[in-house]
Amino acid sequence: MSNKPISGPHVAATRRVDQIMRLVIIALAPATACGVLLFGWPALYLLAVTVLSALAFEGLCLKTKGVAAMPYLRDGSAIVTGLLVAMTLPPWAPWWIGVVGSALAIVLGKHVYGGLGQNLFNPAMLARVALLISFPIEMTTWANVSPLFTGPGVIDSLAITFGGLDNPDAVTGATTLGWVKTEFSQNRLLPGSLIEYSGFLAFLGWERGSLGETSSLLLLAGGIWLMRQGVIKWHIPVSLLLSIFLLATIFHTWDSQHYLGPWVHLNSGAVMLVAFFIATDYVTSPNTPLGQVIFGAGCGLLIFVIRSWGGYPEGTGFAILLMNAVTPLIDHYIRPRIYGRYRNGKPLDISNS
Amino acid sequence: MFALFENPRLRGGIHAEEHKSETSPLSIVTDFPLPKKLYIPVQQHVGKPAEPVVKVGEKVLKGQLLAYSQGTISAPVHAPTSGIIADVKDFPAPHPSALPIRTVVIESDGKEQWAELVVPEDPFQLEPEEICQRVGAAGVVGLGGAVFPSAVKLSLGRKNKIHTLLINAGECEPYLTCDDRLMQERAAQIVAGIRLMLRGMDAPKALVGIEDNKPEAFAAMQAASRDFANIVVAQVPTRYPMGWDRQMLRYLTGQEIPADGRATDIGVVVHNVATAFAVYQAICLGQPLISRVVTVSGAAVAKPRNVEVPIGTLMSEVLAFCELEKSKMARLVMGGPMMGDALPIADVPVVKACNGILALSSADIDEPPVQPCIRCSSCVTACPVGLLPLEMASRIKANQLDSAVDLGLKDCISCGSCSYVCPSNIPLVHYFKFASGELVKRQQAEHKSEQTKRLIEDRNERMERARLEAEVEALRAQEARAARLAAAQQAQQAQAEETV
Repeated sequence: MSNKPISGPHVAATRRVDQIMRLVIIALAPATACGVLLFGWPALYLLAVTVLSALAFEGLCLKTKGVAAMPYLRDGSAIVTGLLVAMTLPPWAPWWIGVVGSALAIVLGKHVYGGLGQNLFNPAMLARVALLISFPIEMTTWANVSPLFTGPGVIDSLAITFGGLDNPDAVTGATTLGWVKTEFSQNRLLPGSLIEYSGFLAFLGWERGSLGETSSLLLLAGGIWLMRQGVIKWHIPVSLLLSIFLLATIFHTWDSQHYLGPWVHLNSGAVMLVAFFIATDYVTSPNTPLGQVIFGAGCGLLIFVIRSWGGYPEGTGFAILLMNAVTPLIDHYIRPRIYGRYRNGKPLDISNS
Repeated sequence: MFALFENPRLRGGIHAEEHKSETSPLSIVTDFPLPKKLYIPVQQHVGKPAEPVVKVGEKVLKGQLLAYSQGTISAPVHAPTSGIIADVKDFPAPHPSALPIRTVVIESDGKEQWAELVVPEDPFQLEPEEICQRVGAAGVVGLGGAVFPSAVKLSLGRKNKIHTLLINAGECEPYLTCDDRLMQERAAQIVAGIRLMLRGMDAPKALVGIEDNKPEAFAAMQAASRDFANIVVAQVPTRYPMGWDRQMLRYLTGQEIPADGRATDIGVVVHNVATAFAVYQAICLGQPLISRVVTVSGAAVAKPRNVEVPIGTLMSEVLAFCELEKSKMARLVMGGPMMGDALPIADVPVVKACNGILALSSADIDEPPVQPCIRCSSCVTACPVGLLPLEMASRIKANQLDSAVDLGLKDCISCGSCSYVCPSNIPLVHYFKFASGELVKRQQAEHKSEQTKRLIEDRNERMERARLEAEVEALRAQEARAARLAAAQQAQQAQAEETV
């Protein structure tokens, strides 16, 4: 028996950081697998390169910091970051995009701030935005859907990921959001520009887009499962999705030629991934339920604003980073009411209680 | 999880592994062998320690007064059995420090010979003052763990206008089942105790809150109180810390006690259910509080059960009775596993506050390494008070105590819900207790420096006064000398004139 004076509680719940990370990975797995299935071997190679390099950078940073790397590598947070970075990349992007993305996320997004739990911005979104600004061509070259075993083979795919595309125009195209934006610039308006769009196929994932973002169905399923596991709460996803839905409905009803409808918004780009897996990042979102609702609604608003009036077709990355920056402010002002006190901290009056 | 909005009456809290089924089906063991020696500390309550009235070598009877209550907030202690006073000495207390406190040691004679007990003809006709007085004289204190002298609370209730007596039978701590068993086996006596308490406080009604994981106790209490319309037995959800009186009160009545107030401020007094039983014993049987039911459990005891033991029995003897496997015990805890104290040694006496003795194995207290905070806010969700434990801990870590106080450090009840759920195993409560200790230390230092300053000021003032007095004295002496001189001169002049 130890004589170290120790305060209670003497028992603890069993869910640990590594278990949380494992559950997140499980929840992301179906959408990731779908991405690999739809975009073939190059997607798998990119995924492997990104996740492995994320682990390598994590180890390197920990080593530089002078702490034992193994316990941290085993907690799975670097794998989650690497996985999320990979899921937001164009599936046929060259290998070095994945490596640079991992470096940006792990080194600049996480360890520069002091490591796990200290970062201000979501590492994966930081990497996505930095890559998009630095390498606009590679980051907007969207491979056509070419399911595994029907597209390029194992060896040819190595050439795509590690050598680059020879004739990209033949096998790539625009995403829904990008296409609509380009058409606007040519003065071709809705709904004509979306004549070939199938909401159902897009919901399943059968459309051009980032590696793990196309299947809204599987991301939604993974997200709801994660909620049921108690890893994430409803506040951020619901407020985020609801705010986009409401804004899109209002503007689409008002001017259906210039504004996409709510279902296209929710079904396109990174919205589902962001709502359940990025905006809910513990470290970079507010602590309180009300704060989380404000945060989620803010993300939704910014996504809609950037998509509708910004220069980029997709705005999730920017929206998340901006709201991440506001999180400390939200946490400062939105605090739970303490028992026996008013919201301002004054004790309750006896007559009112 | 899918509850969209939390019940405003039920914030925070956790579901811990209960571990109650080990002991809840078993009857209270009442034939615990009388120990040869009993160690009765003179302080087993909040307030001033009692003052011993017995001498070494004196023969005492069971229930006889050993030490009398001192001051308004204090409680007497009585002999748990008959025997000889072997010693009055300092003996390790059941406290994490195991520091010694004044303890009366009785060598039992095995006769269990009672002192003369005063039993009223009809207890329910006693005057309220009389009830309070008898409860106080019997050394009854709050048996839920707070050990506040019950008579003081009853009198306080009588002076303030009380509309409800809340009987806390939540027993929300894991492992503990002593109140559960007490209600199952002695419900009628508890109800009698509640009626006496109501009379003692002039209060109109009582509300008994029992967690819904104790259906048998609930049924027994309901049956026992059927004839008394002013005693309402209610079930409350099983969610730690439901036994926090303010949480239970909020759940049952929707009322919150102001942060700077007491339950009496909103017309409520809270007593533990075991206290009600002790009140029954004190009034109806005339017996002082000299024994209590203790839950002995944990993976290191082979026969976990509830045992009624005399106050002053060494925990080691109780553990041996329940067949402790010493090699398996990794931690000894007095009370529940959430808020109980870890004790460094087992050779300390069972006191009035002791509702549980837990011999936990290393599997029970599995302590993985501490990891960084990932701001998951599980602690925010779990906090029943509405605090931000993660923020408070990070401030305390940075030694910003004032900032932690601004966040509500002083409202923390140390229930341990935050530490329990933390996936990084951060000892949050430990931080808060440390910070509270630091605050007390700082306050004391401030007080001390203020005292020193005042002493110095006083001294300076004194010196100044002395100096002024000396000056005045010197001036007066000078004047006197001058006057004498002038007089002498005058006299000389006069003499000279006369000569001329």
